[in-house]
Order: sequence, then structure tokens, then C-alpha cells
Amino acid sequence: MSQPQVRDDAPLPAERNAVAQVMAMLYRDKFALVAAFVLLVIVLCALVGPELVGDIAAKQNLRGRNAPPFSFSQGWSFILGADALGRPILPRIIVAARNTMLIAGASVAFAMFVGASLGLIAGYTSKITSQIIMRLADVIMSFPSLLLAVIVLYMLESSIFNLVLVLAITRIPIYLRTTRAEVLEIRERMFVQAARVMGASDKRIVLRHILPVVLPTLVTIATLDFAYIMLAESSLSFLGIGIQPPEVTWGLMVAQGRPYLANAWWLALFPGLAIVITTMSLTLLSGWMRTALDPVQRWRLEAGSKANG
Amino acid sequence: MAEHVLDVRGLSVEFHTVYGRVQAVKNVSFHLDRGETLAILGESGSGKSVSASAIMNLIDSPPGYITAGEILYNSESLLGMEAEKRRRINGQKIAMIFQDPLAHLNPVYTVGWQIAEILTAHGVAASDARARTLELMQRVGIVDAKERMNYYPHQFSGGQRQRLMIAMALGLKPDILIADEPTTALDVTVQAQILRLLEELQAETGMGLLLITHDLGVVAEVADRVVVMNAGEIVESGTVREVFKKPSHSYTKKLIGAAPGKGGFNRVACDTPAGPEPMLRVESVCKAYGNFMALRNASFQLMHGETLAIVGESGSGKSTLAKTLLRLEEPTSGQAHYMGRNLFALSPKDLFAMRREIQMVFQDPTQSLNPRMTVGQLISEAWAIHPELLPAAKWKDRVAELLALVGLPADHARRYPHQFSGGQRQRIAIARALALDPKLIICDEAVSALDVSIQAQVIKLLEKLRRELSLSYLFIAHDLAVVRDFADRVIVMQGGNIVETGSTEQIFTAPVQPYTRALLDASLAADPDIQAERRRVRELA
Repeated sequence: MSQPQVRDDAPLPAERNAVAQVMAMLYRDKFALVAAFVLLVIVLCALVGPELVGDIAAKQNLRGRNAPPFSFSQGWSFILGADALGRPILPRIIVAARNTMLIAGASVAFAMFVGASLGLIAGYTSKITSQIIMRLADVIMSFPSLLLAVIVLYMLESSIFNLVLVLAITRIPIYLRTTRAEVLEIRERMFVQAARVMGASDKRIVLRHILPVVLPTLVTIATLDFAYIMLAESSLSFLGIGIQPPEVTWGLMVAQGRPYLANAWWLALFPGLAIVITTMSLTLLSGWMRTALDPVQRWRLEAGSKANG
Repeated sequence: MAEHVLDVRGLSVEFHTVYGRVQAVKNVSFHLDRGETLAILGESGSGKSVSASAIMNLIDSPPGYITAGEILYNSESLLGMEAEKRRRINGQKIAMIFQDPLAHLNPVYTVGWQIAEILTAHGVAASDARARTLELMQRVGIVDAKERMNYYPHQFSGGQRQRLMIAMALGLKPDILIADEPTTALDVTVQAQILRLLEELQAETGMGLLLITHDLGVVAEVADRVVVMNAGEIVESGTVREVFKKPSHSYTKKLIGAAPGKGGFNRVACDTPAGPEPMLRVESVCKAYGNFMALRNASFQLMHGETLAIVGESGSGKSTLAKTLLRLEEPTSGQAHYMGRNLFALSPKDLFAMRREIQMVFQDPTQSLNPRMTVGQLISEAWAIHPELLPAAKWKDRVAELLALVGLPADHARRYPHQFSGGQRQRIAIARALALDPKLIICDEAVSALDVSIQAQVIKLLEKLRRELSLSYLFIAHDLAVVRDFADRVIVMQGGNIVETGSTEQIFTAPVQPYTRALLDASLAADPDIQAERRRVRELA
């Protein structure tokens, strides 16, 4: 009874073009709509921020060291206060969006892609392949990520690419294990057997029948991972690989603000808030996406229903 | 007139859903006396389980609301009773057993502990509870009860688990036992035992038994009176004999008419093998899982255009046989020749080609259809896999054709599987199987999950398709009645062995093997007279 069935005589929604349909579904979930808007703003900051406010963000002002927030005496850019070198925080957050998004986005995407691929292989193919992949994952998991970072730092020069690589590798096992566990269950489902009876190739079964079922779970993990990586990146930057001042990321701003927490809390709080808002928006949007992508749940977002997710 | 132990008057239950209010139960009235068995008969969605849930106060609210009516237990209204008092009646005075006992037994406690817990929860001293548990387990027919008290639920078979549930329900000597599809998940021979146990216990304790079922045979076997429900309403009620012999409402007539196992036998092309070469020749196929032999030396032949039924209880190896023939499982030994080619020695390329010719329809269409694909995608996937069959431009038209063939409108192609009823889903699954123009379709319990009237429709459809498309079927079932109407020949399997093979008529009228006979005796006919006669014979023996 909990899952209403569409009756035979219920009118089918008219076929609209896909974009309009997605927008309509987004509009029905107000939280997701706000989240999408916030993310859009953040992405815009990342795209054009450094060009627009880069100069303001880099300009030191020793007289305005640790200037408190919510004061207009020094102009709009100091609305969120200034850091230990007197650089305004708001423009710095805007500028830092690019590096942050680039590193977190690339690491999550890379970890998810590699983890999911290996997980699909481990779950679907022979026992031996599965064992090899899983033991590899165990090795990565038991290896302290800081140690791995130090090794990479020792062997390679510090760059954004290497930072992404280190972050991604440490996160791969999470996607790998989740994917494998789900695949092991889904491959036994009837519709997979039905596809096999029709002669579907392994590639087809994995990509058309198994992956779409696993994907929403992976996306949910990915959104949570986003926040973790933003903070992990700052600790790696502290070690000296990846982002070095004057380049800046939100994680780095939080780390730099930490010594001043007692007398200038805004140094760490506002970039931290940026991380929280981004993560929350991603989570909300991924929740919406999960519903929108599932034909069984989609009715919640379609016209005529009061409820949202 | 004496007081009824349970009296339901004008009960209405509503569910609030996004599509508005749904009246699940409308103005339903029935009563139950001591020592009586009342059956509530209905198909899925008829509101029979919701009525029972209302009695046990199990309706989730929201979304469910009892909007009208009264439920009286010994003239005392249960609705609006204080929770504490109600709790003492539930379980103690009104007990319930469910369809799936495994889901209702906690896997981490021993069964003895769980039965005793119910007793102690209602105030029996712990030492007495243990003795009473043993007594109960012995009473419901658990052998070695003393030792098996310390076993966990997974160490019992399905039938034994249902016995344990009954023991639990009876522990406090309830006045009313509500049995919600108590035997639906069980094999026929086990079902017969459980029903007999319920009858015996009822005679001993004098409780009223409220039996909720979709199975006409069960009603004919055990019930005194029957209430027939359809779409939330009672359409007919009366003694079983009245209702079965002289149904007055059109729905009841349709339901009883749809009960399988009454028609004549199929005689077409079954006495002598038509054609020189059988379509499928299976020779001593074995399948072992470790040391467990799931299939031993299975040999049989399937002629062109024939419907061959494979009947057996769970664990008989019938599904393993189907999977092995489809190469979903690799056989341990043996051969299977399909049109002269050995299925088990095909190259990957030949196997791929063979997939077109042998298709399968699964038991549960809810699971065999990918929930994330539309009906159109599901059916046309066959041509995506075998692109030589049909150019993509023609897919849409062919999908419409296939849907029409199985009796669904063409615009359903855009919908997703969850938007259909069970019977419609199975039609979609059949349409998908037909997309490859197969010659042989293996139906693995293809109608078992469906309501009786839907079952009859799907069987009719399969029969029509066989004639029009000259198909052959390998029809796997646990239900003998279905097979009787439909199959040309029957294979009976037990414990991985083929026990008996013969024409349908031969198996049903003159079974040779004792197991076949036991299976036939245990299956319940939807006719109180036949069941009464069988019961008389049983008691004489």
C-alpha cells in the first residue's frame, strides 16, 4: 500500500522535451532547487572568480590584519573580515573556489571512476580476479594516506595533478568495495539472468543492467566524499605537496586560520562554511537526483504530488 | 442468538496516497464463532489482509485510517480501546500467523527461547514457560523437540517454521487465530500437513480460525464458511458449499470458473511423438553443487509443438534443470541435444545463436524486468543484442505488434514495469521472450506468483501463442492443477530425480509411483465435495 500504482486508465504525462521535464522536477523539490542555485554560483566563482577579484584577494594590507567581519569601513570586500596578512576573506573564498573545486572534483571523479570500474570487474568476473583486486584495495586501505603522500612527494614534484592523484588513490577502496558488494547482489537478480538468457554480452549486462542500479549509491558517497577531500587536501598542502601559498584553497584557508581561532574566528569559519554549504548542496542535489533517476520514485517529483523527497 | 467471538461490522479503511484517498476496505461485515473456520477469500488488492490487520490493530496510521465500523471481540469494542488493554488481547486472545515464517522468527535467538518469550511476556513463570514450550513443540509435530528447542530458525524447513509459528500463536490458548496465507509459501504435501494440524488444534481448543487466503482449494478443504472479497467489498458470503456450488455474484462465478484443474486433458500430439526427431533430447544430465547432487541423471525428450510440464516440490531440481538447459549453470555431466546440436558443447558463437531459439519466462515478473527500463526498452533490448534480427527503425512498430499480441495497448511501451499489475507484467515478460522469435520457451513457475483469475488468462495467452506461433513449452510448476489443463506430458521430479514421466492423463488418472500419488492427493481441488470425499478416504486409511 505504501507504493501507489498507476492505474491503467491514469493519463500518461504528455511527452515534453527532456530539459523542461528535468527543470520541472527540480522546481518541485525546493531544497534541491536552492542547492542547484548555490552550486551554480560556486561554479561561476570557480570559473571567473580569479579573473574578477584576484587582485583584491592578493593585496596585503598590514593595517587591516585580522579585521573583523561585518564592517563596511574598508569597503565591500572586507565584509567577511580579513586574514592575518590583511587580505580580505570574501574575495579569497571566491578565488579559492577554483582550486578547491578543481582538486575535489577531479579527485572524486577519478576515485569514483577507477573504484567503480574495478568494483564492477571484481564483482562480475572470476573469483581470482576479484581476489587480486580486493587484496590490492586492502593494501591501499591499510597504508596510511599521509605516508603515501610523503612517498609521492619524495618521488614526484608537488603539483595539483599529484595532489589529485594521492587523494584519489586513498579514496578508491571506498567506491571499489561498495560497488563490488552491490554487484554481487545485483548480478543474481532475475533481470540480469533474463538478459543473459537473451544472449546479452557481459559488457551489456554490466553497463546497461548493473551500473544504473549501483550509480545512485556511488553518487551519494561521492557527494559526502567531496567534503572529506576538501579538508584532506589542506593537510596534504601543509605537508608541502599540492597547493602552496600564495595559491589558496578553502581547506588551506581553514588550516591557516586555525592558529587564530581564539581571537579571529572568522579566518577559519567562513571558508569552513563554504565547504559545508557546498557539501550540503551536493547532498541535497544528489538526493534529488536519486529520486529523479529512479522510475519507481519519480512520481514524487512529478506534477500532481504534494510530497517532496 | 449466541454472542460471536469476533464481530466485524461495517468496517471501512482508507489509505491516503498521493493519488488521493483509496478505499481499501468498504463497509465490510463478518463474524466468527467459537470452533468455526471462516475463510476470507480474495485476490491481491481485494482488501482481505487489510481487514485482518484492522482486527490486530496493525494498520499503519498514517497512511491508513479506519473511517467507519466496529470490531467487537466478545461484545467488547476493540477500536478505541486503551493501548494497554488492547495489548493484552493481541497475542493472548487473538493470535496471528503469517505467510512467511522466516521473516517473523528472529534469526539470532533459538526457537525455544522465542516461544518461551511470548509466554513469559504474558506472565507465565520462566520455568513453566520452558515446559510449556516443549509441550507445544511436540504438539505441533516437531520431532526431537527437546533437543531442537535450542536450534535456530534457519535450521528448520519452511513447513517446520510454520509449525513453530503456530506453536507460538497457540501458546496462550487464544480464542481466535488469524492465519494470513499460512500455507502459500509451502509445498503441497507440507501444506496438507499444516492444514490438518490447524484443524486438529482447532478441534482441541475450540478456537475460531480466521483464514485469509487466495487459494480456492484451501477454502474447500478447511473452511466452514467463506467470505469472498473483491476490490475492498464483500461480494458474497455463505457456507463453503453454497458459495462454491451456487455462486450468485458474477465475480465469484468468474473466480471459481478460473480455478485450474477442471478441464479435459490435452490430447493433441501427445500419444505418439510427432516427427522423427525430438526437438530437445536430454540425456542423463547431472548437476552437483559440491557434494550435493541437485540433479541426477535427468533424461527426457521434448517434441515439436509440445507442452511438457515438469512438476516437483521445492528442492526437486526442476529449476536447476531449466537453468542447466539454458546454460545459466554448467552441467556436471550429461548431454542435451537441441535440434541435433549438443547444447553443452556449443562454441560461444553458437551459444549466442541458440539464445534466440530458446527463451525463458521467469516466475516473478517484478524481478525479471529491469525496473529502470521502459517496456519499449525492455522488449527492444532483444534486437539490440541480436541486431541482425531487426533494424532499429522498425523496433517501435514491432514492440507495438508484440504488445498487441500479448493483449496490451501499444502506448504502454513508454511506461515502466512498476506501473503495471502482476498479470500485465508477466505479459510484458512474455512479449520480451517472443521478441527473438524463439521456438522453445521455458516457463519457470511463470504463473505461480499470479492470482487465480490472472493465472487463467496468462495460461490462455500461452496456449494461444503456442497455436499461432507453433511454439513448444517446457513448463515448470509446483502446482499440479495448472499443469493438468495445459500440458501434453508431465514429468514428476523429486530430490533431483525424475520419478515418473507420462501423458498428462496418465499421470493424473493412473499414477504409478507413490510419490506422484502423494503429490496428487495433497493438491487441493477447488471443490468442497471432492475434498470431503478425499478426507473420507484418508480417514478410512
